[in-house]
Amino acid sequence: MIYQNSKVILEVRGLCASVNGIEILKDLDFTAKSGEVHAIMGPNGSGKSTFAKVLAGHSAYEITSGSILFEGKNLFDLAPEERALAGVFLAFQYPIEIPGVANSQFLRLTYNTVQAQRGKEELDPLEFDDFVREKMKLLEISPDFLDRNVNEGFSGGEKKRNEILQMALLDPHLAILDETDSGLDIDALRIISQGVNKLANKDHAIVLVTHYQRLLNYIVPDFVHVMDAGCIIKTGSKDLALELETRGYDWVSAEYQANSKTRSAGMGV
Amino acid sequence: MSAITTIRQPAVDDLDTLLTGQKQLPASSLSQVNALRAKAIEYLDKLTLPTLRDEDWRFTDISPLSKLSFSTARSASYLEATDIAHFYIEEATTRLVFIDGGYAPQLSSVPTGEGVVVANLPAVTVHAAEIEPHLGRHAAFSDNVFASLNTAFLHDAAVIIVPRDVALVTPVHLLFIATQTAVASTPRCLIIAESGSSVTLIEDYVTMQEEPYFINAMTEISLADNAHVNHIRVQRDSVQAFHIANCAVSIGRSSNYQSVSVALGAQISRYNLDVLLAEGAECVVDGLALIEANQLADTHTCIDHAKPYGVSRQLHKCIAGGSAHVVFNGKIMVRQDAQRTDSVQSSRNLLLTNKAHVDTKPQLEIFADDVKCAHGATVGQLDSEEVFYLKSRGLSDTAARSLLTYAFAADVIDRIPVASLKHRLEKMALEQTSSQS
Repeated sequence: MIYQNSKVILEVRGLCASVNGIEILKDLDFTAKSGEVHAIMGPNGSGKSTFAKVLAGHSAYEITSGSILFEGKNLFDLAPEERALAGVFLAFQYPIEIPGVANSQFLRLTYNTVQAQRGKEELDPLEFDDFVREKMKLLEISPDFLDRNVNEGFSGGEKKRNEILQMALLDPHLAILDETDSGLDIDALRIISQGVNKLANKDHAIVLVTHYQRLLNYIVPDFVHVMDAGCIIKTGSKDLALELETRGYDWVSAEYQANSKTRSAGMGV
Repeated sequence: MSAITTIRQPAVDDLDTLLTGQKQLPASSLSQVNALRAKAIEYLDKLTLPTLRDEDWRFTDISPLSKLSFSTARSASYLEATDIAHFYIEEATTRLVFIDGGYAPQLSSVPTGEGVVVANLPAVTVHAAEIEPHLGRHAAFSDNVFASLNTAFLHDAAVIIVPRDVALVTPVHLLFIATQTAVASTPRCLIIAESGSSVTLIEDYVTMQEEPYFINAMTEISLADNAHVNHIRVQRDSVQAFHIANCAVSIGRSSNYQSVSVALGAQISRYNLDVLLAEGAECVVDGLALIEANQLADTHTCIDHAKPYGVSRQLHKCIAGGSAHVVFNGKIMVRQDAQRTDSVQSSRNLLLTNKAHVDTKPQLEIFADDVKCAHGATVGQLDSEEVFYLKSRGLSDTAARSLLTYAFAADVIDRIPVASLKHRLEKMALEQTSSQS
């Protein structure tokens, strides 16, 4: 939701990033303020997931120019774990499985790590159990999640729910959901969306990276951005998503190219 | 092979050292034991310690063993229950304790009354007729110097006999404690699971000191038809120790053998496990070697499908830190008769440093034509995507790496069906993996 007097959470300016020498992000600008929900849409290969991973600090991507400020701090100064501790959270498109480690053990470890960093109280296994069960109820997650190994043998929907559970536990200021809706059936999508909606508040910014307008029936974005060839080429309201659903992406690209021609022609005068 | 034998130096001196004290053994009241010892001495006349030139030992150099001299252990009767109680496993109410190879009745806890036998060999002469068809019959020793050495010293074996249709609810703990330095001991176990019986057995090697010693163990397990044996083997010897073990398992018709072996200790360890399956027999043979510094852990297994409809599953994992060296040789034999065999083997290896080293060799020998066999081996370092995932949740690089290393090990430890032992090993794995990362 758009609030008055909200503060800037994320400010991306002229971001260029490449992997193995191939430029993926080209002069990307993006701003998210507290309380806002942003949806980033776009065709395959447009750089949406790369942007999400760059925000989380994935080492495979080389930043060639531009800046990212997170709550006023230079994000490039922070290692991935420092970003997490500062309040950046990425829900993975493909969460990893960790056979041999119980989910409860893993969730408590990450929770306590973040709590300790924020100068807050760590929880012992019993206290944590009560705490996590409350959060799980909110997300309609079955209690057996705690005893199972991290994501091992989880269905796609269960893995995504486990990501949202982690988001609920770590209480981030900036949550980036990378295709959290992909591959979910309608029930799982509803539950996950409800969870995200319950977690959204005026202090957080949420960035949804998605292919499908369907998710936006459940989580209503304040802004919809279209990404193509590594930069955001159009920003609109939630109605833009509906338009994309019926008309596809081509018209946006065409419009953008026409505009940039006009712009460069204008500059040439 | 004969060409190799001729160029090998006779290793009489090494064996002489290792045979010290053998002649002083009192004769057993079981004539079979005396006969087995004599046969072993006869074989040892022709056998020598293996070298890197032996195919079976080409990755494992045991010459450091022959450079040391070992004596036989003195009696360690001064030990009291409070000294060793921390090794006990709470679920295991039945326990045989051996100190430096010698049976310690005052520390053991054996069942009384009729039925199940859990005792040391001299105490079970009354069961000679049941023991005779099994002792020394499952594990071949004519061509195996360590098995022959063990047999030459045969006197104080742990014997478990589970009678027909008896299911032991609680596990049996065979606890071998090393207390003295520079001694050689020859632990021996015989497990006879009669038809329809079931038992969980924990074969546990621990130490109370960190100096060199030599364990040369041998275990024979026989499952009659329709029996069920869970075998957990834990080797947590001193990192200066030498641990060599031979285990032979015969699985009868429609019987089920499940084993998890965990190797954490020893300077050099070698575990040979031979499993022979009858018709419709099933086995799950899992293993973990978790070592660091200059340790070497070598596991050789042979799963022999002799008859049709056998099922075998094997997951063997190795984690090597420091400049440690892990070896796995996993042979699956499917004989011509063994149609409809279903076998899956997986060898997974994790190297934590550039100096750590693995030699893994899955080896399938299939002579039947209607079988399902799958095998695979992987060697790798920690997956960078997995490390990134954990870091994105706030864990430091070190914490992320040790958690993933621990998880790699815990995947095998998880399969141990005795909760307190599982938790203890998980804790040991956690300590070791966090110190290595």
